[in-house]
Amino acid sequence: MLAPMSTKTKTAAVTVVVGEEELLVERAIAACVAAARAVGGDVRELVATELEPGQLAELTSPSLFGDEPLLVLRDVEQTGKDVADELIAACRAATDAEEARLVLVHRGGARGKALLDAALGVGGRRIDCAKVTKPGERIDFVRAEARAIGATLSDDGARALVDAVGNELRDLAAACAQLGADTDGRIDAAVVARYYRGRAEANGFAVADRAVEGRLGEALEQLRWALAVGTAPVLIASALAQGVRALAKVGSAASRGLRGGDLAREVGLPPWKIDRVKAQLRGWSPAGVAAAVHAAAEADAAVKGGGTDAGYALEKAVLAVVAARDIR
Amino acid sequence: MTVFDEMIGQQRVVESLREAARGVGMTHAWLFTGPPGSGRSVAAKAFAAALQCAAAEPGCGVCAGCHTVLAGTHADVEFVRPQGLSVGVKEARELVGRAALSPSGRGWQVMVIEDADRLTEGAANVLLKAIEEPAARTVWLLCVPSAEDLVVTIRSRCRVVSLRTPAADDVVAMLQTRDGVDETTAEFAARASAGHVGRARRLATDKAARDRRAAVLRIPSKLSDVGACLDAADALLKSVNAEVAELTTELDEAETASLKEAFGEGGSATGLGRGQSGAAITRGASRAASSALKELEGRQKSRATRTTRDALDRALTDLAGFYRDVLVLQLNAGVDIANTDRATEMQALAENSSPESTLRRLDAILECRVLLDANANPLLTLESLMLRLRDG
Ligand SMILES: [Zn+2]
Repeated sequence: MLAPMSTKTKTAAVTVVVGEEELLVERAIAACVAAARAVGGDVRELVATELEPGQLAELTSPSLFGDEPLLVLRDVEQTGKDVADELIAACRAATDAEEARLVLVHRGGARGKALLDAALGVGGRRIDCAKVTKPGERIDFVRAEARAIGATLSDDGARALVDAVGNELRDLAAACAQLGADTDGRIDAAVVARYYRGRAEANGFAVADRAVEGRLGEALEQLRWALAVGTAPVLIASALAQGVRALAKVGSAASRGLRGGDLAREVGLPPWKIDRVKAQLRGWSPAGVAAAVHAAAEADAAVKGGGTDAGYALEKAVLAVVAARDIR
Repeated sequence: MTVFDEMIGQQRVVESLREAARGVGMTHAWLFTGPPGSGRSVAAKAFAAALQCAAAEPGCGVCAGCHTVLAGTHADVEFVRPQGLSVGVKEARELVGRAALSPSGRGWQVMVIEDADRLTEGAANVLLKAIEEPAARTVWLLCVPSAEDLVVTIRSRCRVVSLRTPAADDVVAMLQTRDGVDETTAEFAARASAGHVGRARRLATDKAARDRRAAVLRIPSKLSDVGACLDAADALLKSVNAEVAELTTELDEAETASLKEAFGEGGSATGLGRGQSGAAITRGASRAASSALKELEGRQKSRATRTTRDALDRALTDLAGFYRDVLVLQLNAGVDIANTDRATEMQALAENSSPESTLRRLDAILECRVLLDANANPLLTLESLMLRLRDG
């Protein structure tokens, strides 16, 4: 099942989120957390590999007021046998609970399969977030996205959107949200064509996103593609600049303790964009951000200067941004 | 009083210009070079006045010739002050045409080009021909920061006048006698402007300029984290934009109004043909008006870009001055610091960082100027600068 934005989660004591499609995994977790918080529950979130044997009991114990917390554990397939056994026991113990107790996040695959089977065996709810690889699935995805925001997306519109935006679900989700917000809610192939032909920056943004995520190969591939289809180098440089500036702005605003609406207002970005930037921020240090901003400024000057090879300047900037991510 | 009084701390140059005006060593092309603020255009103007002077000792400062040149109204002296980022072929051709005219008076036809480094390559070639074969009574005075800023073909045909950075004492004396500034303010301004005469005068006489400088010098101690760096960049650019708006808005409006007036009907280009039936002439006039307006807007935009760049450059010069002082303190160089009013912060930074990191900061400022010159997005470039100043 492809979880669209507005998935309502029925209360299940144990939920297993299975798969590697990051956007869907994050949404599934967010939905579970939101549901628990909505009924006043406490939520604890951590990576399963950080669990010491015996620690689980302490984490699942009731708080001062007698409420048991919802425990979200990522990377459960990576745990050692001791902790895995404790997790299986915890799943059994939680079966009869009225509220959500455990969300186990599992990448799928053979590793940790015993734990997965055991959790499902005691009645755990499974949310499937397998990697979306087929074009048809992407089309299903964008249709579900459009439905969730109350827009109607025609068949040819869905195909055109996937063709224009690419394979990344985050990009597709963002494109749906943007089209929904920018149009009267009726999206067909003509609307998509109009939107993306006039907005060559869409390509530049893909370059910027891959670069700040440290995915060098994909970033360079996107860059070559963008240049090949005639995207103006100035627009790519500008998208790269926006990408690294967003890191700086969101990072510093978040470190000042701003959250949610306050954060969005401070940095002037829509919430979906902030979520993405927050995810991209993992692994970045202030010194790294400084180096990336400088690389973007140099690229901006180089592509405007004309004389030098703009493609080379952009490639250099992408490399510099990806390298900056490792600066501590 | 003579026309050379305005040249601060340039006694030797004044002597040779006086001689040339008397006819000793006179030539058709002159190149005035010197660091920013050393008074290149002031020197060129004084020399132009001396060349039109009727007195036995040229440059008397009181005759009609001297007076009209200094006021910018002498018929045989053309001042070209590039307002945009460059001077193109078309403008250069106009100048050459003008230069070919014989002077109306007994003196010279004088062509003064300030910021001749803004000549495009094409424009420089146009000029070269005129300088190679000058009319008998025409003299070209070109101003550039250094001789290397001009193509060698032109440079080699010019007599070079090198101005030096005036000593602080000379600047202090000038501010006191010329502008009636009190001693303390004069000393502060001369120091803070590091020998840049125009800047010193501005700091001494304009409180807003002093406030802006103070704000720039407070930046280094504010760069605590990434967010503070972004804020500092934003604040600096806003202050520069406000300064530029102040400098250009009134001028723009006056120019636009006078152009519209020249085209008549109090008016808008579209209003020109109104009420007149089927007159191709009015339609033509309307087109001419709207194209003239468009051209004016283009020039104003180019001027605003240059004014912004100059204002940013002033701010970056002040900022570089701060770190230069820090380096002086770190190296115990025995050189006076320029920004005595920020000594406490500079001392603290000098003690808590290495000379190497101060040099990296100075490099970052230099690179920032290069990027801005290459037309990089100003906010992005300033953000990059602040982040690098923070890291050191
Ligand atoms: Zn005179």
